[in-house]
Amino acid sequence: MTTKPNWRGMTRRQLIARSFAAGTTLIVGAGFVAAPNAAWAYEAAALKPETLATLIRMARDIYPHDHIGDAFYVTAVKGYDTAEAAAEIEAGIAALNAAAQGAGHASYLDAAWEDDRVALLRGMEKSAFFQKIRGGLVTGLYNQKELWPLFGYEGESFSHGGYIDRGFDDIDWL
Amino acid sequence: MVAKFDLNDDSVVLIIGTGAGGGVLANELAQKGVKVVALKAGGRYLPEDYINDEWDAFGQLSWLDARTTSGDWRVAQDFSGLPAWIVKAVGGTTIHWAGASLRFRPHEWKARTTYGHVAGANLLDWPIDAEEMAPWYEKAEAKLGVTRTGNFPGLPGNNNYKVLEKGALALGYKEVSTGRMAINSVENDDRPACQQTGFCFQGCKWGAKWSAAYTDIPKGEATGNLEVRSNAQVLRIEHDEKGRVTGALYADREGNQHFQKARVVCVAGNSIESPRLLLNSASEMFPDGLANSSGQVGRNYMRHVTGSVYGVFEKPVRMWRGTTMAGIVQDEARFDPSRGFVGGYELETLSLGLPFMAAFLDPGGWGRGFTSAMDDYERMAGMWIVGEDMPQETNRITLSSTVKDQYVLPAPNVHFDDHPNDIAMRSHAYRQGEAIYRAAGATRTFPTPPYPSTHNLGTNRMSEHARDGVVNRHGQTHDIPNLFISDGSQFTTGAAENPTLTIVALAIRQADHISAELSRQNL
Repeated sequence: MTTKPNWRGMTRRQLIARSFAAGTTLIVGAGFVAAPNAAWAYEAAALKPETLATLIRMARDIYPHDHIGDAFYVTAVKGYDTAEAAAEIEAGIAALNAAAQGAGHASYLDAAWEDDRVALLRGMEKSAFFQKIRGGLVTGLYNQKELWPLFGYEGESFSHGGYIDRGFDDIDWL
Repeated sequence: MVAKFDLNDDSVVLIIGTGAGGGVLANELAQKGVKVVALKAGGRYLPEDYINDEWDAFGQLSWLDARTTSGDWRVAQDFSGLPAWIVKAVGGTTIHWAGASLRFRPHEWKARTTYGHVAGANLLDWPIDAEEMAPWYEKAEAKLGVTRTGNFPGLPGNNNYKVLEKGALALGYKEVSTGRMAINSVENDDRPACQQTGFCFQGCKWGAKWSAAYTDIPKGEATGNLEVRSNAQVLRIEHDEKGRVTGALYADREGNQHFQKARVVCVAGNSIESPRLLLNSASEMFPDGLANSSGQVGRNYMRHVTGSVYGVFEKPVRMWRGTTMAGIVQDEARFDPSRGFVGGYELETLSLGLPFMAAFLDPGGWGRGFTSAMDDYERMAGMWIVGEDMPQETNRITLSSTVKDQYVLPAPNVHFDDHPNDIAMRSHAYRQGEAIYRAAGATRTFPTPPYPSTHNLGTNRMSEHARDGVVNRHGQTHDIPNLFISDGSQFTTGAAENPTLTIVALAIRQADHISAELSRQNL
């Protein structure tokens, strides 16, 4: 996580006090996005905080893992929060919000049911923007080493001498 | 004492590529006292350098130069710029291979005769057969320390294998084992036995798996007859006015160009780069590329009928633990056209780590259908299909008219359309693979599409007659007597067997032929 040191220790009350718009699952403040439980906060560099919040929600809707915290999705998309990428991301999210409004929602984040948001994403599945975000997540999300244990994956074993004495053939239910 | 040869030394045999073909040929010739210069486009990495992390290793070892794709194969859609998953490093794809070492079955040398005419397929019998190859296979198996040959015992089965075995036996399959693997089951060749570490695809950090990188290459160098130049990308093979090749132009790490003279040139750059080099070496005398009077250079590209089946079970499997290719079901490799296709296929366990599973399980997939599968990663078992695909003239390597590589040479385009026989075989294999896992208790199975090709074959094929192919029974080009092909591009047909053992056997045999011809002053 790129959590800035000054966000650490901030209480939920303090976060909310500094925010001007609360999404359904994220707190969007002046220049930052944060978890409602203050577990993490991310200071936006080039993107609008609302855009970043929408991008994080979009990332989770593309690859939803309910046992994986938002922090991993933030890490997966924060690479787009740069001056070079911002224009394309803002345009893509604007298109997503426009599609949401066409479907009767105030915004993408305002569509409360995942099925409704996924329907919006299906509608733009072929777009370069969607494919860029989805393709980037394949490595941006699943190649985070901190995430591997949450799927049971053990990563390298050479430093432990392999599995020759550590259960390479320990299956006991067949 | 590592040799150093002069660029103007025209007595050397020049080998382009250092993998299963080139690396073995280089050592075998050096052992016989032949002076060899071997050029390799990539760098040199040894077990201590290998990285047991899928994406990091992919970045370290893979051939990532510009390539394009076309055709109806799924790889062109999913990985349009990456037709092949092969290695650019000294030792070539023997660093990445899983180690399966299977001989061709006797009928697989004679596909045209056995299968008859197959519409749309450019089938041809090899000009060599099982009997002729048997002694070379024995030498190859001894070199590689193949399990279940000689005195080498089989490897123990890991969790992934045990699931496969349970399901396969329940379905009535008989030929189920931990296979013949070029992975030490006992200490051998000054290399340790397999420690069941996984990451076979990323380079074996123990050196338990045979790779030319740390066996044949250093052994050849130790003779004082072999010089390996790494980071040397060959750009062009030149010839004289008699039409004999004289050496090759290459670029070093800094991009400086050098010309190495040679008495004999052996091309072993894998089935994409080898024909590309012949095509890029076109001249006034050979306007269609070197050794291409048949028009077959680059054609008949084969990649095996592949695909994977993953199954999800109620309880953990942890398939990544231990040998990646830990076992095999061989019953379907038989010739039996009653299944609706000619040729056969092997089913071999395979596992991917979480990062590659995300990329390969269902490329392009997203949403809960995809992520619920990933959530069950720990409870997955996996297998890979290796079947014989049909050679087709139109499946071919050509030079791109638009894309150039970093040396401003035309990049290769890899065109592949599945033959109806390939599709019928893959469908059958998916059904059988899924049935195996269901029989072992799977609650969900996935017919996963092919990965970028690691088995690249056939683009300079061997033929009895010059009109039908590029090289003769010794891998010598029909057109140019001192130009040889030494890699899997020689394959007339692909068989259902992982190709490395056959590439190695052909290289040992070719070394015997070249050194004999050199001493007879025929080359």
